[in-house]
Order: sequence, then C-alpha cells, then structure tokens
Amino acid sequence: MASTALRAPRSLRIATYGFVVFWLILAAFPFLWTLWGSFKVELDFFSIADWTNAITGANTERTYGTAFTGAGYEGAWIEEEFWRAVINTFIVCFFVVITSLTFGTLGGYALSRSSFRYTFWLLITALIFRAMPPITLVSGYLLPFFEWNVWGILPTTIIVLVAINQPFTLWMLHSFFQNIPKELDESAKVDGCTQFQAFRLVIVPVMWPGVITTGLFSFLLAYNDFAVTSMLLSESNRTMVPEIAAFLGTTYTEGNVMFAVAAVVSATAPLFVLVMFFQRQIVSGLTAGAVKG
Amino acid sequence: MKHRTFFWFFLPTGLAMLLFIAAPIVSVVLQSVFAPHEAVLETVETCTPFRCSEETAINQEATRALREERPLGRFVGLDIYLDRGHLAVAEVAEAWRSTDSFGAFFSELGDLPFYRAMGFTLTYTFTVTPLLIVLGLMIALAVNALTQWLKGIVIFFSLLPMIVTPLVGSLILFWMIDNRGVLGNFLSWVVGDPDLSVKASTPLMWIALIVYGVWHAAPFAFVVFYAGLQTLPEDQIEAAQIDGASRWQQVRYIVVPHLMPLVTFVALIQLMDNFRVFEPIVGFNAAAHATSLSWIIFNDMSGETRQLSAAAATSVMTIIGVAILLSPVLVRTWRDFKGKT
Repeated sequence: MASTALRAPRSLRIATYGFVVFWLILAAFPFLWTLWGSFKVELDFFSIADWTNAITGANTERTYGTAFTGAGYEGAWIEEEFWRAVINTFIVCFFVVITSLTFGTLGGYALSRSSFRYTFWLLITALIFRAMPPITLVSGYLLPFFEWNVWGILPTTIIVLVAINQPFTLWMLHSFFQNIPKELDESAKVDGCTQFQAFRLVIVPVMWPGVITTGLFSFLLAYNDFAVTSMLLSESNRTMVPEIAAFLGTTYTEGNVMFAVAAVVSATAPLFVLVMFFQRQIVSGLTAGAVKG
Repeated sequence: MKHRTFFWFFLPTGLAMLLFIAAPIVSVVLQSVFAPHEAVLETVETCTPFRCSEETAINQEATRALREERPLGRFVGLDIYLDRGHLAVAEVAEAWRSTDSFGAFFSELGDLPFYRAMGFTLTYTFTVTPLLIVLGLMIALAVNALTQWLKGIVIFFSLLPMIVTPLVGSLILFWMIDNRGVLGNFLSWVVGDPDLSVKASTPLMWIALIVYGVWHAAPFAFVVFYAGLQTLPEDQIEAAQIDGASRWQQVRYIVVPHLMPLVTFVALIQLMDNFRVFEPIVGFNAAAHATSLSWIIFNDMSGETRQLSAAAATSVMTIIGVAILLSPVLVRTWRDFKGKT
C-alpha cells in the first residue's frame, strides 16, 4: 500500500493525516488531560469560571504555592488507603493469571491433540460460556457462598475469575497449540515418553509466545473486572476498580473528587506500561481469532 | 490421544467451568422460580384483666424452621418473570387497552423498568456496533497509508481506549463532559447556553454513552481490520488501477469485500459485548436517564436488601438475549467444523 500512498493526491494525503491526528486526539487526549488535571485542585480540574485554569492551575497555585500538587494522590493512597486495594488487585491478578494459564494450557493442549468428536462440543460449550455476561452468574454465586461462609475473601474471587477466564483461555491456547506440529510430541511418544512427559519436555519449551499472549488477556480480564469483584469482595478486601466505584459514593458528597481522579490515574498507569511493552502481543492476540475466522 | 489421558488433562479446566459457570446457571434458573419465604404470621390473643385483644406477630421459630426445611424458598413458577419489575404482563395489557396510539403505548412501556432497560440496551447495541465498525475501518485505512515509524505510535495510542478498565475509561470521559469539565464547557460555549448540562438531559446522556461505547470499542475493530489490510491482494488493486478505478471505487469494490469476513466477525463479537453494557452507566452516574439489563441485575443484588430472585429472573432473560445474538456465531462455527471434517 505504500506505493499507492505515495501516488495519492495531496488533498487526500492531508485528509488522511488530518483524520489520524483527529483520532489520536480522541484516543489520547482524555488520558493526558486527566493525568495533568490530577495534580490540580478540584476548582481547577472542574472549573466553572475559566477552563484555562485546568491548564495553568491558578487555584492550585493560590492554595499550595505551586501549580502542581500531589494532594489528590496523598488523599487517595494514604487517607483512603488505596494502597490496600492496589495490593489486593495484584494478588488477585497474579493468582488468576498463574492458575488460568496452568488449567488452560493443559486443557487447550488436550483439545488440540484429541481428534474425537467431543472436543468440538467442548469448544462450543466454552464459546457459549464465553458469551455469558459474568454479572448474570453472580446471583447464582451469592447464596452458596454465604452458606459456605466463603463470601468476601480473595481466594473465592480468584477461583471465580479463573473459571470465567477459562473459555477464552481455552480457545486461544487451543488454536495456538494446533499450530505446533503434532509430529513433535508424537515422536517423543515413540521414544517412550508418556503423553504428559511429551507435553512437559517437548511442548512446554516452545509454548511461551502463545502463553504470554494469553496471559496478557487473562490479566486484563482480572484487572478490568467490575461486576464480579464488586459483588463478591467485602469492603476490606476490595480491589482497585470496586474501590474507585466506592470512592464515587463517598467523595461526591465530601467534595474530594480529586481523590477519585488520582485513583483513576493510578489504576490506568499499569495498563499504560503494559501496552508499551506488550503492544505486539496484544495486537497479535486480538487478530488471532479474527483472521482464522 | 486416549480418552483417559484426555480426561486428566481436561479435568482442572472442565471442573472449574462446571462448578463456576454451569452450576451457577442452573442455580440462577432455580432461583428465578423461587421467592423467599414470607414470615409465618400467627394471631395471638392477649388478655389483660380488662379486655382481650388480638395481635398478629411473626412466629420467628416457625419462620426459621420453614426456611431451613426449604432453603430455596417457595415455588412461584413464572410469577417473578411476569411481575411489574420484569415483563409486567398485567401493566402492558393495561397500557395496550387504555392507550389509543402507538406513541402513547410506548411511552407507557418506557415507565416500566424492564422495558426501559431493554429500550436503552437495544438502542445502544444497534447504534454503537455499526458506528464502531465504520470508525474502525476509517482509522485502519488512514493508518495503513502512514509511514512505518508513525504506525507504531498511532497503534500504541489507539489501543489505550480499549485496554483501559471500562469503569475508569467512562469516568475519565464523564469528568470531561461534566458541565464544569473541559468538554462540557466547550459544548455550552458552542450552543451558547451556559446552563447546558449533559447530566440533566436524557438525550444528551444517551449520546454520551454511545460516544463512550464507540470510543471504547473502535480500537478493536481498527486492529482487526488493519491486520486484514496487510493481506490485501496487491494484484487486484493494480488491475483495478489499470482499468481506471478511482480510489473510492478501489475501496468500495476490492478492499471492503476483502474485509467482509472480518466485518462479520467484529459485528458478531461486538453485538454480544455491547448487549451487556454496564460499567459506563455506573461511571456516568446515568441510572436516572438510561438503564441496561446488566445494570438492573447489579442494582437488584447490591444494597442491603439483596433481591436475588429478581436479579436471577433478569439474569435468565439476559442470557436468553445473549443466546439469540450468539446463534449466528454458533451456526458459523458449526459450518466451519462441518467443512473441516
């Protein structure tokens, strides 16, 4: 396409660049704006008098002497103990990713190596489960969890998120394992390995690219979840997203919106870093399902 | 692979899905046909030296015994589905009889929580999906014409709206369109009305939610279409150019047909994902103007009185809705499978 682009008339090229710039502003400006505004006081970030205050920080300077202040972050992280939610989030994400990858690689490998008809039906079932909105399942969890006294703690949420993650993980890893030639582990079996040994010694060393891509999406699912974590975690065990939602309830009345703004920026930062390092894997993961149909 | 080996490999993931997806679905369906027990009332006659009076009191012991005996509650069949909070059959019939035009009938329907939520959910699903496909396609075509090093940067920033936590993303936009935020200020300056507030107006709130939906999902369409553009048949384009096809004709007759399978894929996935719209309504604090099925479920379950039966009934109806949207995907997968064997 580069060759056609070179021959494009000037007006079309300007229109193209204009459109890309427009989209970039649309995509990135809200984040930059909120990041910048999170270091201001509320009167600047939500300015009735003059919107340029949000850029210059006139009221921030009047209150703190400088145009930037970490007051929002201090309030969120220390006063409201947002650090607890951050730790909880990383505990949940870590265990969800590890467990769902372990379960998913075993299951996905088995599905890709078995040629019986039931593998198809298992995959179809997984597809149906993948389409279920998680929130529709939550009312089914609550009664048993209350009954067994396991509601509100992190392990329960981790297991539930792992299970919700499985259908997607299975599909991703299934199609990934199908691209690894069957001859590899079959020759290992001829040499006397059991199926599990063949998996461990031959497949495990070459599966990491697919596993990392799948792991990224498992991480995102656990990190971004709101429906499950907000319904299944008690107040003291909340992760970041339900904690931010809880901030809104209290802060709108107390006039501490800037706490929520700082918390939102804090929750976005890890995702920013993630995209920076794993852009290639994310793109390939998104397109994997599509291009194969 | 032998059945036995397959079983052990598949056991952990199968068990997880069975216990935490399949079993809850059964449990949700059961809950939706059972209502909590009403307290057992008994009439006690208390006599004082002067007169006797009858009092109705809750018999705690009997109530507890009944709850323990049948923990699911009392069987009510489809009553919960038909009550005012859900399908509201009686109210709909009443509205049908008492109104004389379709407009009036639909406005009566809009007052019932389920139909109100359904109205927004369907509007959202069927406006956001086509819009995001068009926007994604435009971005893909534009980015494809850029030089190599620019592409990386543009893709990086394009991924952000999609990767960001939906609740966080909607909050970020919501703070900007607040009437004291930068976009809200800008809008009231454009309209020339200093009191313009998105929060106070239902149509503006719907537009804001739809804008969020497109903003959030367009990157997905963009990435998929961009990958598809990399496999564009170069020779067909050249042939079309020789035949004197204009740039627009090349896009219309070669690029779009080439991407058509991907458009179907994105449309099917996004219809299902948009149907479960939930976080933006919480983030935008929009419940007064727009509700969705997922939001109703969440609202029933949260708070002190967890109305699990009501939530379960809405859940079952949401699952049915998703199943309808999912059926074309299943048919497609089935055909692929048939084609392979």
